[in-house]
Formats: sequence, structure tokens, C-alpha cells
Amino acid sequence: MRTLEQTTQEVLDLASKHFNVPAGSLAPEDDFFKKLGIDSLQTLEMLSRLENHFGIELPDYEVQGVSDFRTLASRIQSRL
Amino acid sequence: MKSFTGKALRWEWREGVIELVLDRAPANEIGLAMLEELEKFVAAMESLASDTSACIIYSNRKHGFSAGADLRELYQGAAQLSEEDRVSGVRNFLARIQAAFNTIDAAPFTTIAAVHGVCFGGGFELALICDIIVADKMARFAFPELRLGLIPGFGGIPRLKRDLGNAFIRDLLLTGRSVNAARAQAVGLVAQLAAEGEALRIARATAAQIVKFDGVTRSAAKKFIKPIPHEELRQEIDLFCDLFARPTVMAALKKFLESTDAMPYLP
Repeated sequence: MRTLEQTTQEVLDLASKHFNVPAGSLAPEDDFFKKLGIDSLQTLEMLSRLENHFGIELPDYEVQGVSDFRTLASRIQSRL
Repeated sequence: MKSFTGKALRWEWREGVIELVLDRAPANEIGLAMLEELEKFVAAMESLASDTSACIIYSNRKHGFSAGADLRELYQGAAQLSEEDRVSGVRNFLARIQAAFNTIDAAPFTTIAAVHGVCFGGGFELALICDIIVADKMARFAFPELRLGLIPGFGGIPRLKRDLGNAFIRDLLLTGRSVNAARAQAVGLVAQLAAEGEALRIARATAAQIVKFDGVTRSAAKKFIKPIPHEELRQEIDLFCDLFARPTVMAALKKFLESTDAMPYLP
């Protein structure tokens, strides 16, 4: 079973890879909208990638108001 | 008309298969332009049907199949009208959309939606008129209408009821959440899952298989197993119009269109 730290790292790695941001340049407390420069449609794309990677469903309303990677990872963790 | 290129879509017939491509920036929003060209397609269907085994509907837009109704056009058109004219205008639009969708739904050839990315609202309803949905793993399906104080009005509820279990429909409608393609396949909405970017290739391979079969049998089988829920479709329009008449809906549309939030589609 993954720890929250492992989940957070996987979220950062996934975001870095798919949105062409240098590996290691993202931190758990970063605002992913600002850091990745993504819009609402790209946010949905990120949601799909996270769901496919972790094998979970993450309803959109679970990420309402969430903007940092750590909180996003905790939402994912609660469904593992 | 074996081929057509318009502002919102184009189609081409080749060797028994029609490919209908949605291509209206930014995300194939369904407004008057798309409706008028869908009506042209429906008119062309009559002459094409006898030589057609399959029709693939897909999108040329990067972000997905279709983000749904053109809410900006809806709001801007409605804002200038009296409440009475606003509702009758919407009713007229819905009646036209449903007429076009119903004809494609009942087409004697097999229809395949090849879906990637966003497939929301009216876009989801367009996919639902197809016999088979092939979706790539990045596809997402949603009915976000509740967030605006509305329900789907292009026939989505009766078609989902025709195809799937009620519990899943309640989840989608009452939460407004989007579901991924894997979930959509698990509940039976999506027939085949594709790797990212591969939905069209798989749809073409499926069409190539379908072309081998007898057209009379296909048409008869489709009529038998896929009734058009005409009465419920009419009821959906009535309910949509009743809800649309409320001032809260125009306020919600305005708020959505003016939002600078990163995720404006969330309530």
C-alpha cells in the first residue's frame, strides 16, 4: 500500500512528464494551475491520467478548491 | 452528397463508410452552426443510406469529442429576448436538435462514435445516438447541466435509460461529475477502450468488419433492438424548457461564462 509521500511523488512525476515540466522542479506545496500553466480542459486531462495511473475514480467535486499537489495526493490516497 | 465541408463539420463517404468529422473551434460546441450542418447531413443520409454500412463520428479538435452546447451563443441569444421568446427559442432549438439526432439514431447503417477527451453535455448526447462508442483512455463523459440549473435537453436522459442501469444515470445527473472511459466501459456505455489517440483507428477497424454484413439484416436488427423513446424525448424538452424559464438559469450561465476560475465548470 502506498504511503501519502509515495502517492505525492507519483503525482509530481506524472505532472512533470505529461506537461513537459523539468523533473524535480515541482514541489508538493506548489499550485498546479500556476506551475503547470494548465486550463480547465487540461485539468480534466490530468484527472484522467491520475485516475488511470492509480486505478481509481476521483469525482470532479473532490478536487473543487484544491490547487496544490499535496492536497490532490491526499484526495487520491483516500481512494487507494 | 457524398462529401461536404462546412464550418462546423465535414463528411466523406468512401467504400460503404461515412466519416463525419466534428471540427469547430474550440471544442465542437453545439450551436446553430453545428445544428444547421447536422441537418444537412441528415438530408444527405437518405441518398447515402442504401450504399452505407457504417458511419464513424469523431472529432478533429485536440481537447475532445465535444464540450456540449454552445453556452455563450445560448446566453447571448437569450439575454436579448423576453422570457417568453427566450423559452420558445430554446424549445425550437431543442426540437430541431432532437429531430436531427433521432434520424441519425435510427439510421439503417451502424453508427460508431470514436471519442477522445471531453465528451460533455450535448456532446455526450451526440455520442449516445451512436450504436457503438469507442473511447480512448483519456475520454471523459459528463452531464454538467445540473450545475447550471438545467437537465440534458438533446435526448440524453431517455437514451441513457434505454442503454444503461438507472443507478449510474442518477450518479451522473445528480452529481454532475465526469467519469473516465474505463468506468464508462465497466457500466456498458463504452463498447471498446482504446489507447490514447487510437479510438479512430479502432472505429475504422470495426467499420471494416461491419461492411461485410448484410444491410437488410442489420437494419432490421437495429430497428428491433434500438427503439427511439419519442414520448420521453418530448417530455425531456418540456422539462428543460420549464427549468430554463427560471431567472436562476440565466444567472448561472452568466456566471459560468464570466468566470476566470481555473475550473469554471465546477459548482
